[in-house]
Amino acid sequence: MQERIDEEKPKEAASEIPKKPEKLLAFPHLVFKEFIALMLVSLVLIIISMVLNAPLEEIATPTKTPNPAKAPWYFVGLQEMLVYFDPWIAGVMIPILIIIGLMAIPFVDKNLKGVGIYCFRERKFAFVIFTIGIVAWFGLIIFGCYFRGPSWLLYLPWESWDIHKPVISKGTYILPLFVGLPAMIGYYILGMWLPILFARNFYKTLGSTSYFITMFFILSMFGFLGKIPLRFVFDIKYIIHTPWFSI
Amino acid sequence: MIKGLKRFTEWLVHTQIWSSIFRQGWPDTERNRILTILNTCLFHLHPLKVRTHGLKVKYTFCLGGVSLFLFIVETITGVLLMFYYRPTVEYAYQDMKDLEFAVTFGLFLRNMHRWAAHGMVLTVILHMCRVFYTGSYKPPREYNWCIGVSLLVLTLLLSFTGYLLPWDQLAFWAVTVGTNMAKATPLMGAEGPFHILSEMSDMCFYLRGSVDISENTLLRFYVLHCIALPLAAVGLMGIHFWRVRKDGGISGPL
Ligand code: HEM
Repeated sequence: MQERIDEEKPKEAASEIPKKPEKLLAFPHLVFKEFIALMLVSLVLIIISMVLNAPLEEIATPTKTPNPAKAPWYFVGLQEMLVYFDPWIAGVMIPILIIIGLMAIPFVDKNLKGVGIYCFRERKFAFVIFTIGIVAWFGLIIFGCYFRGPSWLLYLPWESWDIHKPVISKGTYILPLFVGLPAMIGYYILGMWLPILFARNFYKTLGSTSYFITMFFILSMFGFLGKIPLRFVFDIKYIIHTPWFSI
Repeated sequence: MIKGLKRFTEWLVHTQIWSSIFRQGWPDTERNRILTILNTCLFHLHPLKVRTHGLKVKYTFCLGGVSLFLFIVETITGVLLMFYYRPTVEYAYQDMKDLEFAVTFGLFLRNMHRWAAHGMVLTVILHMCRVFYTGSYKPPREYNWCIGVSLLVLTLLLSFTGYLLPWDQLAFWAVTVGTNMAKATPLMGAEGPFHILSEMSDMCFYLRGSVDISENTLLRFYVLHCIALPLAAVGLMGIHFWRVRKDGGISGPL
């Protein structure tokens, strides 16, 4: 197992020339590790498949709606967002923005440092924003899976779903348009403008196009998440309400 | 004993059958190990040499490879399930019951297909996180990151379309909730903002093939789940792996 490619070279010489990355032959080093991973995953999968049965409920009956009707876990985050937003946002706009936002990451991240290592120090900003997104995503999933019962009401995981629960308000206050619209526009304008003033370097290194795209997605993410406390604390239903759409 | 074994392999690798399959000798010399990678169809996806850095389990946690492996498990168990499953309202649920009670290892097969699917969604998400946290999406790997995001979407769609097939209450209502969203699409959904299409021609109708979930929906989801989406995923995976190589192999510190 010692077929290091540059083994003949004396150690000192190697440190003078720009260090070439050390390489090993794919066979056996990589292939064996892949094989071990394959065996371990197979083992786990076989054991799980023997002890846990895939769910199968009664035959589909269009006239009998179960309560609650939960989506598969990976979509429960979106389903939870339905509490706070109309379906066109929770079910259409948020997924689309997430997909476009993810694809935009490599093009707006101008920081070329921190490649190839798990490194927080050299890319704090990207690290923090992405982590907030992932944690929020899984937070919503866990909340939706374990803390929601019949009628999507709040039930603790150990509580029986037979307990009667008071209906939680889906928000009572609808902000009038002359408050809601300026508030939302103000949120985006301030959110984009303040960093230009106070974090000029950040703005300059990104360049204006990347900066505005980045900020749009970040502000939207915090905006979507921000409506959750708005609902719980101020009981706000819509920030903007028009006959055609509401946010 | 060891000598005997050696003589045996020596003889084996020189038989015509062996050398017609493996075009190189026993992989115990550097030359033969290189040839093993070059000559083997399965292995030629790999580079000849890998940076020691990229070999560490702590670096990739094998998540991309495990995603691929789970996809292969899904393909194999999926094909086997297709022998027993008919995508019609009349038979679908009955075939599930048969798989559970009448088919030898049917329950095991279905369990495996189900848990590997959940596992794959999880490993693909985690793989995305590992790629992000190692900065592996930065130039020249931007495009491969985007291919990856498309693969994530495909993985979710594959899982979701498969969810309807058992035709039980869980399946029916989860998909009702899911496809209802399409009604809310701006412009193109019958109940969305600025809707211009009727319930008979909006996005939701095209997903379901009918106004409500019906046999048409079952057939659509079946075809998507068993043919269209897997083909798309295989195609994108091909590009994904090819690009990993073309972008300079697995990322590492400069
Ligand atoms: C079906 C889903 C997927 C499969 C089977 C897959 C498979 C792989 C494999 C086998 C590798 C080699 C290195 C490793 O194992 O980590 C890899 C690398 C990579 N993947 Fe994926 N992947 C998938 C989804 C994704 C997703 C969702 C993303 C990102 C959004 C992504 C982005 C990348 C990138 C950028 C690399 C290069 C990483 C590097 O050079 O360090 N992939 N993928």
